Amino acid sequence: MALAVSLYGVSFGALSVALGFSVGQTMVLSLLMFSGASQFAFIGIVASGGAAAVGAAIASAGLLGARNGLYALTMSPIVGRGFFRRVLAAHLTVDESTAVAIAQEGRQASQHGFWATAVSLYVGWNLSTLAGALAGDALGDVKTWGLDAIAAAAFLALLWPRLTSLEPIVVAVVAAAVTVVLIPTVPAGIPVLCAAGVGIVAGLYRHRVAPHRPEPGEAGAR
Amino acid sequence: MSIWVGLIVASLIVWAIKNAGYVIPQRFVESALISRIALLVTVALLASLVVSQALHSGGSLAVDARVPAVAVAGILLYVRAPFLVVLLAAGAVAAALRFFGVMA
Repeated sequence: MALAVSLYGVSFGALSVALGFSVGQTMVLSLLMFSGASQFAFIGIVASGGAAAVGAAIASAGLLGARNGLYALTMSPIVGRGFFRRVLAAHLTVDESTAVAIAQEGRQASQHGFWATAVSLYVGWNLSTLAGALAGDALGDVKTWGLDAIAAAAFLALLWPRLTSLEPIVVAVVAAAVTVVLIPTVPAGIPVLCAAGVGIVAGLYRHRVAPHRPEPGEAGAR
Repeated sequence: MSIWVGLIVASLIVWAIKNAGYVIPQRFVESALISRIALLVTVALLASLVVSQALHSGGSLAVDARVPAVAVAGILLYVRAPFLVVLLAAGAVAAALRFFGVMA
């Protein structure tokens, strides 16, 4: 996992710089936002739509970060007590740290798993982002090395483990179709937000039709 | 809005959401509806981002080396290849197609 996260971080750093963000801006995203999918979404949308798309980029990053809030609910009884400890835990609550924590047997092991993963992930993610950002300056065109394709593949790899039943698969297909239709017709960033609307509407509709169906996905699918 | 302001605001929102989960009592938000919407919004956004990252080009759609690269990534994910392999293969496919002048 460490190797995969490092490559993901290097890809993010290099892509961000190649898309026109400074090394400083790239590092602020990794240090402060610290949520891979939200970071990729932010740089992708701003790069495609410029300053006019910043609002849509903020909204998309926030919506993609919403699942971290649910992870936090799950992790709340596990991470331990103390104000600073919990604030730090909150910052480090992402897919990987939550997944490792809930995979452990017992509260003690979960707590240990969370912190060990969270801290090494944070350090590794930021070091690899920095390496990628510095290399990105030297790499030149983002296309030469296929970094744009790596970003698309990264989103697909994050999506894949969540397609565990017909419900998310249908939502993914509809969201993708909506995006294809809207890209040539509305400003950059808006198609992604409309796709998020597809997810909300589908969730509300399915809840009315089948409120008690077991959840197709759990926290930390990856 | 400047890029810097957007960057900080977005980061603070993502940070605040994480913290909210530690502050709000679990019973207030632990409902089937909220976890279902959170899952489906994440799925919808990621699907949308795959498509726009693979096809978007200056305000319109373009089929270039990104498309076969993502297709290869999909096949590798289907056969349960590791995350790292998927990313490297996608980058290699796109870079090779461009290097040999097969696709833009």
